[in-house]
Amino acid sequence: MSVARRLPPVDVVIVGFGWTGSIVAKELADTGLQVLAIERGEFRDTIPDFSPTFIQDELRYAVRNSIFEEPHRETLTFRNDMRQDALPMRHLGSFRPGSGAGGAGVHWNGQTWRFLPTDFQLRSHITQRYGAKFIPADMTIQDWGVTYDELEPCYDRFEYLCGISGKAGNVAGKMQEGGNPFEAPRKRDYPLPPLKRSAATVLFDKAAREAGFHPFPCPAANTSKPYKNIYGVQMGQCTYCGYCEWFGCGNYSKSSPQACVFPALLGRDNFELRTRSEVLRVNLDSTGKRATGVTYVDTMGREFEQPAGLVVMCAYAQHNVHLLLLSRIGEPYDPVANKGVVGRNYAYQITSSVDVFVDDILNPFMGAGALGQGVDDFNGDLFDHGPQGFIGGGYLALWTTGGRPILQNHVPKGTPKWGSAFKRALAENYLKSASIATHGSVMSYRDAYLDLDPTYRDVYGNPMLRLTFDYHANEHRMSDFLTERATDIAKAMRPRALHAKKREGRYSIVPYQTTHNTGGAIMGTDPRTSVVNRYLQVWDVPNMFVMGACLFPQNAGYNPTGTVGALTYWGVDAMKRYLRNPAPLVSA
Amino acid sequence: MNVRRLHAALAAVLLGVAGIAIADSVPRDTSHAEIMRGRYLVEAGDCAACHTADGGQPFAGNRGVPTPFGTIYSSNLTPDDDTGIGTWSDEDFWRAMHDGVSRDGRHLYPAFPYPWYTKLSHDDVLAIKAYLDTLPAVRSVARAPELPLPLRWRGSLAVWNALFFKEGEFVPDPSRSAEWNRGAYLVEGLGHCGACHSPKNVLGGVKRGDRFEGGMGEGWFATSLRRSRGEGLGDWSADEIVAYLKTGANDRARAMGPMAEVVEHSTRHLSDADLHAIAVYLKDLPGDDGAAHAQQASTDHDVLTRGRLVYLDQCAGCHMENGEGVAGVFPPIKGNTGLHASDTTSLARLVLEGAHSARTPDKPEGFAMPGFAGKLSDRDVADVLTYVRASFGNGAGPVETSKIASVRKSLHEAP
Repeated sequence: MSVARRLPPVDVVIVGFGWTGSIVAKELADTGLQVLAIERGEFRDTIPDFSPTFIQDELRYAVRNSIFEEPHRETLTFRNDMRQDALPMRHLGSFRPGSGAGGAGVHWNGQTWRFLPTDFQLRSHITQRYGAKFIPADMTIQDWGVTYDELEPCYDRFEYLCGISGKAGNVAGKMQEGGNPFEAPRKRDYPLPPLKRSAATVLFDKAAREAGFHPFPCPAANTSKPYKNIYGVQMGQCTYCGYCEWFGCGNYSKSSPQACVFPALLGRDNFELRTRSEVLRVNLDSTGKRATGVTYVDTMGREFEQPAGLVVMCAYAQHNVHLLLLSRIGEPYDPVANKGVVGRNYAYQITSSVDVFVDDILNPFMGAGALGQGVDDFNGDLFDHGPQGFIGGGYLALWTTGGRPILQNHVPKGTPKWGSAFKRALAENYLKSASIATHGSVMSYRDAYLDLDPTYRDVYGNPMLRLTFDYHANEHRMSDFLTERATDIAKAMRPRALHAKKREGRYSIVPYQTTHNTGGAIMGTDPRTSVVNRYLQVWDVPNMFVMGACLFPQNAGYNPTGTVGALTYWGVDAMKRYLRNPAPLVSA
Repeated sequence: MNVRRLHAALAAVLLGVAGIAIADSVPRDTSHAEIMRGRYLVEAGDCAACHTADGGQPFAGNRGVPTPFGTIYSSNLTPDDDTGIGTWSDEDFWRAMHDGVSRDGRHLYPAFPYPWYTKLSHDDVLAIKAYLDTLPAVRSVARAPELPLPLRWRGSLAVWNALFFKEGEFVPDPSRSAEWNRGAYLVEGLGHCGACHSPKNVLGGVKRGDRFEGGMGEGWFATSLRRSRGEGLGDWSADEIVAYLKTGANDRARAMGPMAEVVEHSTRHLSDADLHAIAVYLKDLPGDDGAAHAQQASTDHDVLTRGRLVYLDQCAGCHMENGEGVAGVFPPIKGNTGLHASDTTSLARLVLEGAHSARTPDKPEGFAMPGFAGKLSDRDVADVLTYVRASFGNGAGPVETSKIASVRKSLHEAP
């Protein structure tokens, strides 16, 4: 390949233009700096790309993966444990990262949670409450280096950016009727009231109360009413079309970079978005302590060197890690010696479900991505783990995300997979079934990590990222516990039939589970065990910041986007301080 | 005398006989205030709309301007000596603006709105020139007009001018307020609102008696600005007109299509005082007696039923089942004056190809209506338009399937 052409420098270069990239771009462009975002995919906007005239096409989007990352362009290799040889993931399966402007913020459901205060201080909290021996030897959980109280204003900003529909359970310590009684105190209520309930969530709510739990409307990035956000951007009102996850919203009512940030950012003189440009590495100066910019390649194969004063990594979680490894920034993690930082503490989430078949007509097609009723009694450390013998937890929820014809239907256990008996069962149950989901945390372990694959190379000739991951006994015990609690609620719904689907066996990368990949470039207070300091600044390279779920030292029992958004505001505030006084924000 | 002027005077003396001709092009001593006023006027006149090509340098021209007779390419307004107006004197520029005559004496095509710009004061024209002179010079030659042979002969324009062009600066009406007169000056002159919003005869001349009753512009029907019942500006208040021109939307409507560009490039830059003056003048345009444009809403049960089904399937998600839209987001169908337009070309285009609304600092979203051309048949579109024009208290006439078919055909032919 030819020598990279050197371009005129900018103040800030942002790698990736999803939720985190667009927020960082907006916030830093507001300070007057020249900001450039480099995005590997296409530019996409509500109209014409997600037009309601064609977006409700389940085959095109949900089945044929029309708007996700394409594995033939970017993928990783996978193995369950270190004894195996990893193989490339040639089809999307277990998770579905986005590609293109807006990233996965285009095709998410909109389930927007805050983590619990103890989630951020997990190791010290568990040690204090249960003793150090309660933590298995190979479990590498850490404190985050940031507290819930510090992040609270940042959560608030993200929720008021998105226009979250919900009901507070705890405003400044004062409990609120109708909200989640277990949530951490929040400064104020959600910007919008909860979505209208579906018939199934009403049944669930009643049953959960009967079972002795505390149901509440889940916080949703689907607007229950028209909303004008903190950037002065007006959003529409959700129509309950039931096509959130895997689809873009054509109605301006699912929070996304397009609906919430782009109008306030695009077209400004001091901001540029360069699409169809893939960053290959971050460049360092001869000291290795300063990023000089990035090198990217366009679709014609031309390489460019883009100098910048500040580099912000806003690609998807594992892509940030991949770029750090390829750029030789930070010491790669070595699981044998348990040393090094980049790639360390990869985690995921563990899910299960209980299908419920009832006599009532539930009309599941009237849904929204985050229209759900949840139970948080068993999340985090909200209950005594002593007798359970595991760490972690999760929520239970009945989501009515939609009733799409191909993938969103439930038939009783034992129904044939095809033929007239299947069709009959489908017809009988389509309107009269629902599913209770469990959404559980996954702890970090010494043998769950990311590194560069020794065999396989990507389209640019670079080593692929390699993922080594499996569920541990702790996670299975926790998930089984959650599945039992979900079954308690299912039974209280007095169903004709129910089908509990535990998560069993080893982790498989084939069936879709969740796009909640975390870790690999984690934050912390010790440069020996984290890539970035508590301000998300790379320990070794102070003019470089990392955003996204790769920062999580382990995963909690909630969908991560709320915390990713909060951390973005936390990080961008730190960047503003850094720009005023360019130095490490924490001395190592 | 400043240095530049001294040099110019010396040059004139040295050039002797030629001095008289050269003196005409000596730069005037323009002040910053005049240049800034010129910029404001250039924005008010929306010069960029025609004189900046998509992706081109500002004011370098060569943008195709569709007319009923063919496409005309705009001229280069930057001060490039060879291809722009770099060598034009103030009086050359005044003649173009006031008389529609180019520096070389050729008549300009009335796609350039000199029939409106002739109303401008001499001072304002010179301020516009002063601002244009500060632009970076860009070398850009406009393509030749794509017109049928008789119209390529510029002499034909003298005939056109004799028939339809009345030269003359705006004369204030002393019986009216200063605000009304300012509004009239902007609407009738620089704003050249009538270029689109007035009906034209077959030769493209404005029909004098029907001024501002709506007309075609850039392939869209620009609605009536009169106080017609249902149609046009109807009972819009002055504040609603100001909000529309300032932000691109009010509670009743959003600027879409060419009007979105007018708002983005032009009216949003105007002062509140000027916008209010425009509103005062527009509110004072004569209303219709109602008879001339009395429309009879469809009562055809079958058509209305089919139209309602299309509406519920395709439209109600945004415009709501009750036709009230979503405040601040999707405009209402109910009582929508644009929907009552006597000419349904814009409605057909809006449904078939969709459009973005204006993006302004107040309303940065640029909410868009998607196009339904790939989804709805001509009959579906006709039925749903007939339905919405007859429902929610609206009272506009039916839309024929053949109308939708002809608009669809024209979209395929559009440049």
